[in-house]
Amino acid sequence: MSDPASGMQAAAEVPEFERRFSGAVGGPDDVGKPRSLWTDAWDDLKHSKIFWIGLVLVTLVVVMALVPALFMIFSPNKDPRFCDLAFSRQPPSSSAWFGYDTQGCDVYARTIYGARPSIMVGVLTTIFAVSVGGAMGIVGGYYGGWRDSVTSRVTEIFFAIPLLLGGVLVLTSFPSGATTEIASVMKVVLALGILAWTSITRIMRSSVIQVKNADFVQAAKALGAPGGRVIRSHILPNSLAPVIVVAVISLGGYIAAEATLSFLGIGLQPPAISWGIAISDAARYVRVAPHMLFFPAVFLSITVLAFIMLGDAVRDALDPKLR
Amino acid sequence: MTLTDLEPGSAAGGYEGHLLDVSGLSVEFRTREGVARAVSNVSFTLDEGETLAILGESGCGKSVTAQAIMGILDTPPGFVTAGSVVFRGTDLLTLPEDERRKYRGDRISMIFQDALSALNPVYTVGRQLGEMFTTHRGLSRADAKTQAIELMDQVRIPAARERVNDYPHQFSGGMRQRIMIAMALALDPDIVIADEPTTALDVTVQAQIMELLAEQQAERNMGLILITHDLGVVADVADKITVMYAGQVVEQSPIAELYAHPLHPYSRGLLNSIPRIDHKGEVLYAIKGLPPNLTRIPPGCSFAPRCDFAQDRCREGDPPPLRVIEDERRSACHFTEELRDAAH
Repeated sequence: MSDPASGMQAAAEVPEFERRFSGAVGGPDDVGKPRSLWTDAWDDLKHSKIFWIGLVLVTLVVVMALVPALFMIFSPNKDPRFCDLAFSRQPPSSSAWFGYDTQGCDVYARTIYGARPSIMVGVLTTIFAVSVGGAMGIVGGYYGGWRDSVTSRVTEIFFAIPLLLGGVLVLTSFPSGATTEIASVMKVVLALGILAWTSITRIMRSSVIQVKNADFVQAAKALGAPGGRVIRSHILPNSLAPVIVVAVISLGGYIAAEATLSFLGIGLQPPAISWGIAISDAARYVRVAPHMLFFPAVFLSITVLAFIMLGDAVRDALDPKLR
Repeated sequence: MTLTDLEPGSAAGGYEGHLLDVSGLSVEFRTREGVARAVSNVSFTLDEGETLAILGESGCGKSVTAQAIMGILDTPPGFVTAGSVVFRGTDLLTLPEDERRKYRGDRISMIFQDALSALNPVYTVGRQLGEMFTTHRGLSRADAKTQAIELMDQVRIPAARERVNDYPHQFSGGMRQRIMIAMALALDPDIVIADEPTTALDVTVQAQIMELLAEQQAERNMGLILITHDLGVVADVADKITVMYAGQVVEQSPIAELYAHPLHPYSRGLLNSIPRIDHKGEVLYAIKGLPPNLTRIPPGCSFAPRCDFAQDRCREGDPPPLRVIEDERRSACHFTEELRDAAH
């Protein structure tokens, strides 16, 4: 007969050893350093130029979004909202690195401050897509049967609508009452998120189906793990890799979509500052003042490119067949 | 929650009878190609300290029987259509899933064939072993890890303290199987089902693993169900044997008697197809043909198309029933007696 009480007692007697033991592990001796999918991937990433370029650029843009003031220290004009019509459309100079826009605002300041809404839209849309899409994918993939039929059909319906067209439809059908920057960002996030989750659902579903049939899931069940635990500690960690890759790559796409919507005048609305709005404003003056278009467009392209590079590098690292 | 709640089997501790009594178990898979009768009317019993071997070719329903006992059958497409699995007086098949889960891993546990794929690649073995204690016994992570080290010691993994933080793929095949065994034994179960525990290992390691299993079984006085297609593996450790063919039990016997004189032509074929050192240079016997498709089991005896002794009556009507032939010996063949007398 089993006797859990003696087991517990034994456990109570050894915590001191346990403490010393866990302290000892992770010391300087890393001969037996554990290797897993993730450590292998990290070893791979360390040697990838694409990864480091992507990572540096993404970090730069994220810092720009978090503390734009940091980039304004040496700039002659520090306030993106200070505009003087007298300087309207003046080209780049030492008094304004990127020149002035039509309203006489500093293009450098506005470009730096424009990172925040763009990154916010990208990150929040991705979080929304991953949580909704991931949940749908897990339900469909793990439980199968009618739940799978329902989630798959719903996903297909949403999948049929192109992201940008859907965004245009949502944003024009529910015109803005929002005035604050946050409210206007959230509106764009919802408009994009409502369609963006479908690709995550499909990837999550197929990934879960693959992992679900693995022996270790069967073993976990046979050894009495409850359903929630099977999903949380066995299915999820083993099926997350492809989702992460797609999420990072599409993050760049969402930023581009935000810029497109803002360019069309239905995304973020002034007074919000964003690359899309700046590009939209500049488009009319591209012949007389090309710098107005050039700088925000370059920042946008590089940001999108950086996320795609990062996602690409991670995908290659996580795919053992490419090693 | 008290400890008794966590340990469902203990409530029926005074139960007088078999530890496990499987009777009339039938499982079918409902697929697009039709209904596959993977297990039909399988019965056997198991007592404390006893080892039962379930023997048969691939696809004869051994593993499905194990899955049905454990309650981890994929439903759909698999359904238990009849029978009972009585563990210490409780019919597991009638329990709600929540109740049943408490038996899994705790009272009845399972060892899988390929430990590399049966262990989760993203967690250390210590954490996976510890999970048994955190889910079933509510121990803290730290206490569970201490227990995990102790278990690894018990199954004789060298330097358990250092290796507890290693990942499954950092172990050799034999060591991994030891971890699998440690996991199954973690909560001191009453029954362990080992599904081809040595098939993925090389021969020398096979012997060590079987030895470890037999020794742990003796120490804990637990019932062991050994599922295998390899008669050689079971010879030393099993007490009795159940031979399955096409989802049906064709012969049940104490192990020594079966080796001495098999009663069913199929068991006889299996015995004859073991390579032997004194038959060097001869062509190895093989049972001709293939097991039937389980969606289209032929009428009469399902083994008849491959049987050397088959007559017309074998190919029609119901399959021959499992009959008691001698003490504790059963066979499902019309010609059992003739076969036995011819061998004598």
